[in-house]
Amino acid sequence: MSTKHRLIVNEKACEVVVDHYDTPLLYVLRGDLGLKGTRFGCGDGQCGSCTILLDGRAGKSCELPIWSVEGKSITTIEGLGTIEHPHPIQQAILDFQAGQCGYCLPGIIMAAAELIQSEQRPSRDKIVAKLASNLCRCGAHGRILNAIEAAWRKAAQGAGE
Amino acid sequence: MGDWVDFSVAGVVRAFTAKVELGQGIVTTMAQIAAEELRLPLSRIVVVSGDTRVSPNESYTAGSMSVEVGGMALRIACGEVREAIIAKAAQMLATDASRLTVEDGAILLDGSPSGIDYWKVAPAIDWERRITAAAPFGDPGDAAQIGRSVARLDLPRKITGGGFIQDLELPGMVHARVLRPPSNGAHLEALDVSAAALMPGVVKIWRSGDFVGVCCAQEYQAIKALEALRAGAKWIEDENYPINQNWAHSLPGMRSIDSESEHGSFSALEDGAIRVSATYSKPPLAHAAMGPSCAVACYENANLTVWTHSQGVFPLRAALAGTLKIDEESITVIHVPGAGCYGHNGADDAALDAALLAREVPSRPVRVQWMREDELAWSPFGSPMVVKLEGVVTPERKIADWSTEIWSAPHGRRPSGRATNLLGAAHMDPPVPFPELHEDLRGFAGGSRNSEPSYEMTHRKIVLHSLPDLPFRTSALRTLGGYANVFATESFMDELALAVGMDSLEFRLRNLTDLRARRVLETAAGMARWRANSGRGKGSAAGLGFCRYKNTAAYVAVVAEVEVNKDVRVRKVYCAVDAGLVINPDGVINQIEGGIIQSISWTLKEQVVFDRGRVVTRSWEDYPILRFNEVPVVEVKLVESTESAPLGVGEAAHGPAAAAVANAVSRALDCRIRDLPITRERIIASLG
Repeated sequence: MSTKHRLIVNEKACEVVVDHYDTPLLYVLRGDLGLKGTRFGCGDGQCGSCTILLDGRAGKSCELPIWSVEGKSITTIEGLGTIEHPHPIQQAILDFQAGQCGYCLPGIIMAAAELIQSEQRPSRDKIVAKLASNLCRCGAHGRILNAIEAAWRKAAQGAGE
Repeated sequence: MGDWVDFSVAGVVRAFTAKVELGQGIVTTMAQIAAEELRLPLSRIVVVSGDTRVSPNESYTAGSMSVEVGGMALRIACGEVREAIIAKAAQMLATDASRLTVEDGAILLDGSPSGIDYWKVAPAIDWERRITAAAPFGDPGDAAQIGRSVARLDLPRKITGGGFIQDLELPGMVHARVLRPPSNGAHLEALDVSAAALMPGVVKIWRSGDFVGVCCAQEYQAIKALEALRAGAKWIEDENYPINQNWAHSLPGMRSIDSESEHGSFSALEDGAIRVSATYSKPPLAHAAMGPSCAVACYENANLTVWTHSQGVFPLRAALAGTLKIDEESITVIHVPGAGCYGHNGADDAALDAALLAREVPSRPVRVQWMREDELAWSPFGSPMVVKLEGVVTPERKIADWSTEIWSAPHGRRPSGRATNLLGAAHMDPPVPFPELHEDLRGFAGGSRNSEPSYEMTHRKIVLHSLPDLPFRTSALRTLGGYANVFATESFMDELALAVGMDSLEFRLRNLTDLRARRVLETAAGMARWRANSGRGKGSAAGLGFCRYKNTAAYVAVVAEVEVNKDVRVRKVYCAVDAGLVINPDGVINQIEGGIIQSISWTLKEQVVFDRGRVVTRSWEDYPILRFNEVPVVEVKLVESTESAPLGVGEAAHGPAAAAVANAVSRALDCRIRDLPITRERIIASLG
């Protein structure tokens, strides 16, 4: 029995129809909406590759059934920034060349985006804590932390002016 | 020459390589090489890699040879193309080649535009001419790219959207899943497809022997259908599947085919000499890439096209042809980047899965996506290994005798025309099973990688016991046998040093004449402010590790600082590298940092665990890898090299990093742990 769901993705309203009521948001984003930047890594909430922002808070889209995100504002990596207009974290990742295969990065960038948008004071410890359930297998951790810290500090300075 | 570059699109040069992007930045490096040799800006180069229609057949992207071999081949080819174009341009302008220069692809005569450019001249070139490797590498002037830390060309796309094989979507594509057996040795006795067949979106369910696949219109439909198939499957498992996980004991007891090498001679133990012996072990390791394997295949008009992240598109094509019993010429294999690729993972298997199902759904692309548990349970593993070392040190603190015995299963069982080595092929009916190995030692050769230490020794003997009967699939994982052999060698060097009362660094330098090896060791020690003979058993310590990867590639020395409470925490790592001619310095440093972190993860946390034939470690919870709150700060220095050619770095740091950590832990605890991984249980057991 198929069900219809209204979503707000990257500030655009859309409607999707799914056959399985428990369809995780991850597959709707990638399949129905063609947004490939949100990644499948485990489908189990353990790697963070599928992280998106839900009303500004980082969430794992593989664990969010479609019915639970109706009416909420969903931001994916495509909504965060583009090649032409990158988000400060994306720019920092490029500046620091903070990646090897790159597969883990969108999920990490989304998790970090929540921090940068918060009013908190930048701290490396907070970044490490935020990335507690994000995995990277290629070993780009050091550069990723450096990049996010630099972007956060820069954004905080800008906000302070 | 036409195999390597193409000028058919005005303003752009396509450069062909079979070396593929694994996450190591190779496509960027190839672009730099082509740009420099053609004296073009980077923006005019398009690298085409891993496409059987156009790439040269360069076998696999493996063995840290992409830049050493693939890059150098491209460099030579581009240099010859440049010389050929200038010679032809000179003809066309009825002038001497010495008056011609190139700027942004335009041919200049005495520094002024001549009216012709690369693209105008290119059609007149004999592209069938073979490369002679005779053109010298001239001075590139402003076109110099080699030695520049050029930003990765592929990264922007990958952090703003798709860009991976997992993201490929084609019109009419269906989504597929394969039901894998629950364990090695399991057979499908019965399959009730009735529940799955009724599920929404099911396009095809196909079974052949123990191979079961389902295709659906949408991805989550396929995942749900897979669950229904799993519930409807009755497997007979082998309750006595013979896997003994006490590797240090079980491997030496297995049937082996032995090979050995010996240098020098050793007679008797002199007065005052000391003999030490120790046995080290390493468990099976998983690739555990972030993106589970994936492939797309389409059968149309008797032609098969496969999109894959395989490391070897040509050998895969040959293996597919053999399995599917079709002509190689009817198959096109195209590489699309996957997540981190560290060797022979499930990519080729996923390609066969997709091809088999595509045959059942003609003219529609079929996308197979492995689940996380498929990836952790069914990708080939890095072989478990046991390394036994015996050494004799003279009163002068020189190594007189060095004897190694290595036990290992294969490090190379890649699919090719010679041997199928594809998972689905072994499961279908009739099966194309994995070949018997005892006739062919080539697949085992990786087990002795880096077993020959760089140190001076009067006599050394290396025996490799190749184990053909290990009842689970092992194949190439980054460094092959190098990780275990360097871990063992360098741990043993510390044990020898301790036995003769000498500092670890001093003992190595005393037995090392290779100046480049000495240089990286002294540099790393300097970076770490190495203190000789620092105390043991204080809970925190520094440790040292070194190797020259494959004895021919990069030299790497690592110092690791650890703290041990219940767990080992690596706080800081210093590393010095001699990588020869460096094309992209930041790329090299990135690879070395990555290798160090990955090695620390292997060394402290990772082991594949079995329950009879079943792999128990199927999720990130069961198979933990190093996390953000566990990574050390890493500092890498590239030392000036006397080598004029590039040396492979992608695998060079793993062994030294493992040894540095193990040696640091040994000093911190005043107690040696020889079996990997160095887990909390092992620490408690060794201290108890």
